[in-house]
Amino acid sequence: MEQLELLMGGFASALTPINLLWVLIGALLGTAVGVLPGLGSAMAVALLLPVTFSLEPTAAFIMFAGIYFGGLFGDSTSGILLNTPGHSSAIASTFEGHRMAKSGQAAKALATCAIGAFIGGLIATTLVVFFAPTLVKMATVFGPAEYFALAVFAFLAISAVVSESVIRGIAALGIGLALALVGIDGPSGTARFTLGMPQLFDGISVIVITVGLLALGEVFHIASRIHRDPIATRIETKGRARLNLADFKKALPAWLRGTAFGAPFGLIPAGGAEVPTFLAYGTEKQLAKRRNDPDFGTTGSIHGLAAPEAAANATAGTAMGALLALGLPTSATAAIMLAAFQQYGMQPGPLLFERSGDLVWALLASLFIGLVILVMINIPFASVWAKLLSIPKHYLYAGITVFSMLGVYAVSSAVLDLWLLIAIGLVGFLMRRYNIPLAPVLIAVILGPMAETELRRALAVSEGNLGILIDSPITITLYLVLAAALALSAVQHLRHRASRKV
Amino acid sequence: MKNPLRNAVFGLVVAVVATLAFINAGTAGGTSTARNKLTLIAPAAPGGGWDGFAREGQQALKSGGVVNNAQVVNVPGAGGTIGLSQFVQMPGREDALLATGGVMVGAIELGDNPESMADVVPIARLADDYAALVVPADSEFKTLDDFLAAWKQNPGGTSIGGGSLGSIDHLLSAMVAKTVGIDPQEVNYIAYSGGGEALTSLLSHTTSAGMSGYNEVSDQIEAGTLRALAISSEERLEGVDVPTFKEQGVDAAMSNWRGFVAAPGITDEAKAEFIKIVTEMRSTDHWQEALKRNDWTDTFTTGEEFEQFINNEVATAQEIVKDLGL
Repeated sequence: MEQLELLMGGFASALTPINLLWVLIGALLGTAVGVLPGLGSAMAVALLLPVTFSLEPTAAFIMFAGIYFGGLFGDSTSGILLNTPGHSSAIASTFEGHRMAKSGQAAKALATCAIGAFIGGLIATTLVVFFAPTLVKMATVFGPAEYFALAVFAFLAISAVVSESVIRGIAALGIGLALALVGIDGPSGTARFTLGMPQLFDGISVIVITVGLLALGEVFHIASRIHRDPIATRIETKGRARLNLADFKKALPAWLRGTAFGAPFGLIPAGGAEVPTFLAYGTEKQLAKRRNDPDFGTTGSIHGLAAPEAAANATAGTAMGALLALGLPTSATAAIMLAAFQQYGMQPGPLLFERSGDLVWALLASLFIGLVILVMINIPFASVWAKLLSIPKHYLYAGITVFSMLGVYAVSSAVLDLWLLIAIGLVGFLMRRYNIPLAPVLIAVILGPMAETELRRALAVSEGNLGILIDSPITITLYLVLAAALALSAVQHLRHRASRKV
Repeated sequence: MKNPLRNAVFGLVVAVVATLAFINAGTAGGTSTARNKLTLIAPAAPGGGWDGFAREGQQALKSGGVVNNAQVVNVPGAGGTIGLSQFVQMPGREDALLATGGVMVGAIELGDNPESMADVVPIARLADDYAALVVPADSEFKTLDDFLAAWKQNPGGTSIGGGSLGSIDHLLSAMVAKTVGIDPQEVNYIAYSGGGEALTSLLSHTTSAGMSGYNEVSDQIEAGTLRALAISSEERLEGVDVPTFKEQGVDAAMSNWRGFVAAPGITDEAKAEFIKIVTEMRSTDHWQEALKRNDWTDTFTTGEEFEQFINNEVATAQEIVKDLGL
């Protein structure tokens, strides 16, 4: 195994006491920035880039590795505890994670998350080490028609499972699509629903929508019920806090399923980490239904948290592979890492492994070290973080409000975003009041623009010929699976009805 | 007040925060000179094109001792025009420069912005790079002539992938089309948000050809996955083995330039001082290294020459946008 030998060489150059200090600093900074809503690891790397100019390349890379994965560990922490995901890749983890925290299992949820992120990252990084050149070929078989099929697939696969009432689900999707339409339309350059305000030309940020709906909406909701309905607003502090063997056994398959969803997505440039996290979440929800898991959607299911979290980190792991082997930055963080590598005369791309092999293997080794350090910091901290919830409610929710506003403002320094945040928070409050599910809004916001742009690209390339949509084995397979799934659920539905009549 | 200790701690925290806020407000509010503290406004998100440019500038200014303190402020959005419109609202600021370039000129023309390049004071153009027309290695197009022949015959079926609308990739595609006698409105240009996405669209054979910054694809060309048919520079670049459009008989050239502009209403002395600062910055070792590292061509121009250049760029962009019918 030549790769193994090279990797060991990488470990040898990366594992020095001073480098361990750098990775620790990177991991702490990355986690801290990740916890703040809106500030992803992209921001952390960009801000710390000038600092690393004075470091030697190996030290700088190992610090980046800490920051890169640290952001991903951190963003779900605030999602679970405060219902404010730090980044869009943590949205899917927030749904079940926050439910677990509310029912007194915050520490367990955080530990599940940390281990999930570790497993996802570990498997993905291992894949990169051994199969990077083969994996990147996957990226080149995806054209717009395939992306569109994928988006349609994800839409139906998720939407069908996240909503109990079809009408409410569709209403929520509609709200999401309307929000997603704001901004300049890529293919034509036309401004849509911007009210002539240049600040809206880039659309409404996913972060503003997520934080507004989930966090601020929750704050308004709690504020409206606080004296009338003590049960609805209570956060349990009782309940098993530790992750025991039984939990571990439950979570392990979900972690692996999540990784399987996440790993391929890191290689393809569109979609990012959100699509696989939603797919993983949807799958777990289906499985929960089948095995009659009462926790899902009520007190929080460990499956529903473990899978998306592993998916998010697996995506990040293989995204690094795509960046190194193809020079393709598939995420914002990767794009900045690309700039960072270039500072050291290392040009990611097909020639990288030949030109600067030593540095690459040191970097890959650093990724492993970063993951280990992060899981070591995060597991003991889980119970400390979880204490946050024992803060009295009125202080806690006031804190969440400040926290969300600060995070959103820090991203864009635009006052308009704060107004939008409040407005979307009110929408979130009304949706809670009338029992409209929130998840479809976020799914629509993320998948809607992707589906639209890719459909139009596909049709532009084919000059309007619809045949292009079912012109490749990938698209045909996806649509066939989709049709089979729809047929199956229709049959089940009819049978259900028939048996109820009798 | 049951708990005096808690109140005391709370009071202390408030006092500290308030003091820090006042200090911050104090330093932000006072007018400082450019030599003392210079703010570079990057009209892009951290990691975006102008952000990298501004941060290289910041490092050069600091390491060369040109100014005491330099900081980068990001004002992202809408092809840089949000940064421009905020900058125009700071008339007379003599301690701030805005990073700008060809992308902003295109975005202004495309977006019907109230502000334009005429509202700011040109200081210097510093670094250019160029776009290249590339095809996958296994493409049937071996030369620019092959491509042009197919393109003329079937403009719709020969799609070109590249950066967002208004970018140099887009404007150059239209310019080449017009030069060889194709109606720019018939060009089937597929816009991608980044170089990475445009590159995969080529490798997956979604688009027939790609227009992309040469630096972004040079490695793929060297590795043999892509073939460059032409580059948009006026003359052949040193160390780049790609023929220009011009030497292949297509009279089209365009560069992706970057530079700095100052706020409207500054005094002539301040303008002269800015030009001096930027000139000193350019001669620092850090800047020379940055040019090499980023594969930027040094196109240092200041004063009237730069003003003339911007006017030409704006006129070219206006004409192309009109031809495109946008």
